[in-house]
Amino acid sequence: MAVERPIAPTKVKIDDLINEDDRLTKLIYSYLVSATVWLIFGTFVGLYLAIRFIYPDFGVAQWLSFGRLRPIHTNVVFWGWTSLAMIALALYVIPRTSQRPLFSISLARRALFVINASILVGVIYLFMGYNNGGQEYREFIWPAMMLFALGVISHTLNFYKTIALRGTKEIYISNWYILAAFLWTIVVIVIAYIPWYQNALGETVIQGYYMHMGVGMWFTPLVLGLTYYFLPMLLNKPIYSYSLGVLAFWTQMVFYSLIGAHHFVFAPIPWWLQTVAIVFSVGMVITLTAGTGNFLLTMKGSFRKVARSYSLPFILVGVIFYFLASAQGSLEALREFNQYWHFTNYTIAHSHLTMYGFVVFLIWGGIYALLPRLTGKEPSHLLIGIHFWFALLGLLIYGFALMIGGTMQGKSWIEGLPFIHSVELMIPYWIWRAVGGTFMFISHIIFAYNLYKMKPLTHLHKKVDLAGEQI
Amino acid sequence: MKLNFSENHKLLFSVVFFGFVALSILIAIIPAIEVNSNDPMCGVNTLTPAQFRGLKIYVSEGCLYCHTQQVRPLPLDKVFGRPSSPFDYSYLTPLDQIRMTPAVLGSERTGPDLSNIGNRQPSEIWHHIHLYNPRAVVKSSIMQAYPWLYEIKENPDSNDLVIPVPAEYAPKNGKVVATQKAKDLVAYLLFLKQKPIEGISQVEESSSKNLTAANRGAQLYNTNCASCHQQNGEGIPMTFPPLKNSATVNSENIDKHIRTVLFGLKGEAINGIVYPSEMPAQKDNLTDEQIADIINYERSSWGNNGKKITADDVKKIRAEGK
Repeated sequence: MAVERPIAPTKVKIDDLINEDDRLTKLIYSYLVSATVWLIFGTFVGLYLAIRFIYPDFGVAQWLSFGRLRPIHTNVVFWGWTSLAMIALALYVIPRTSQRPLFSISLARRALFVINASILVGVIYLFMGYNNGGQEYREFIWPAMMLFALGVISHTLNFYKTIALRGTKEIYISNWYILAAFLWTIVVIVIAYIPWYQNALGETVIQGYYMHMGVGMWFTPLVLGLTYYFLPMLLNKPIYSYSLGVLAFWTQMVFYSLIGAHHFVFAPIPWWLQTVAIVFSVGMVITLTAGTGNFLLTMKGSFRKVARSYSLPFILVGVIFYFLASAQGSLEALREFNQYWHFTNYTIAHSHLTMYGFVVFLIWGGIYALLPRLTGKEPSHLLIGIHFWFALLGLLIYGFALMIGGTMQGKSWIEGLPFIHSVELMIPYWIWRAVGGTFMFISHIIFAYNLYKMKPLTHLHKKVDLAGEQI
Repeated sequence: MKLNFSENHKLLFSVVFFGFVALSILIAIIPAIEVNSNDPMCGVNTLTPAQFRGLKIYVSEGCLYCHTQQVRPLPLDKVFGRPSSPFDYSYLTPLDQIRMTPAVLGSERTGPDLSNIGNRQPSEIWHHIHLYNPRAVVKSSIMQAYPWLYEIKENPDSNDLVIPVPAEYAPKNGKVVATQKAKDLVAYLLFLKQKPIEGISQVEESSSKNLTAANRGAQLYNTNCASCHQQNGEGIPMTFPPLKNSATVNSENIDKHIRTVLFGLKGEAINGIVYPSEMPAQKDNLTDEQIADIINYERSSWGNNGKKITADDVKKIRAEGK
């Protein structure tokens, strides 16, 4: 007797809808739409660049050259897509865990406008070849970055007020991480854009600090804070340990602040600074073991639930990548490995495994957990599955191609072969990178469609009679 | 008073904020102030207006995303020059009111390091051909072409800098002429010459002691000579002379060949052609053994059959001087 076999395992439908203020739902959705527009644009640029590596004479024009598009790719996916998506989720999580409505919706609405304007201005200038001295992730000139900082500051006020007026005795651990990320990022931007101590190698020291804190004091704590909410919510049980979360929090703040210089190991910056960075890079293992352990122990015994949900797999993958890719970063900081991997494509693999495998997967898990409950509309489960597998497969192809290729590059330099040899040997790996990138890009298109499917109804909470008039 | 972080938001977020400010001052601002120095220590290290404009193009075209300018104190970096020292960067200041100090140290080597490119590749013409289309001089290069730094002119003036791009890559009609921007960028690239520091050798030692002399010669040739004379020894017609079937390379008289490599050559007719670029002197870049390995490789490759030489021959001519 033939059995009906569905094309994909069935996932649980959502029935616990949240009745949330309509204005907040729309605001969160508009944040996510902005973020997704930047995602499509930013990763399209990234894919184009991946193809440029294989066909260097493909589309030669001044504003299509690698030197102009590379900072556009990085800054757009950093400040446009990832930051806006994280803020969107924080707009829900902070009021929810503080048991109090958001302090000011109009302030948050204005901040969206300001942040989008900042990215638009920054990108237009980058297209014109006007970058801030080619300082990675700091390429937005100060007028553009000031707008971004303004957006961050207004969210900081908004969230601080919301937490200060909370309806609970304790501050939930998510809010430690999320608000701290905002406070730290203000400090990082201000320090990075004051020019007085940034001549000659002063710039290099600040660049190491900045490029690391941009990741470690903005993306990492913010997305971990969100996960401290979404994971227990989806599993319907408390987080394994509040104290582990607190331990990870303080070590994050102390250790992470000190390891910026590991981006400049062997550079002519002070040797002690490099050593401190390397020592605490290893210390970071404590932080990420505490964080990962906390998440995995929360999941323990509920893996059946993970398999039946369509948002939890994203979070599981994100947690695994958090551990593996951060541990990889600690390894790369060691002088022995740094000799081998510094300046090679291995670094690019690492940055994608962390920013994409860890941060972006956790964000997607959060979006798929939250939006259907807010709007009452679910996208097709099959399409979410395709999004998940294409993104994961693409990332794995990308990551492994560049990790293997990068190691081969380092090996060829150490053997003293002519430099051009390391370019020739990378060609097949660059082709694989473009293949992986294509998978990732397709998954983003599907995600954009899924987001459209979760659009809130404009009359969600209004009763409508048969004549279509409001009662 | 009990420190209760989880219930006292003022306390928690003050510690979070000011704690991070304090750590940042310790780990970033104070070390940055310590090395925030424009003191060149030895010799002048400032840019001419043309070189400064060139630096701005270097930054806006994003050269620093693929090319580092830091030679690490590691054996594998010796091919690029002596280890970088803080004063190499003393010329770096903010570009203008809007743009800050450029991050020339870089973080990625998709292309080779440029700390010492002015010494390693002093030929202005080579740089122009390479910028117009990198593949014209390095076959498997994946670098961007920068044709917009050049104009195509039917009838260049006498004061135009005409770039002798090989036919395969040249435009169908007209001549390739360098714009001011291209000249500025090349001026900056040629400014990148490491100044000698006492006690640190400029000369790279071969990082591959265990290779045979022939393999060492091939490797040294490909690293130091092939970008002009090409891996096949054929050079680039009218721009860089061929070594294949060259009279000097196949001659019984080794003196001329060694002299050319040691002290360079300029403006001399080779087979009736006067080449526009000069052969750079290698006496400060390579040891006697290395030069002997290269010369023997040239004399036994691509069908050449010249008399072999020894490191002592090179030593003798080096002692005689130019």
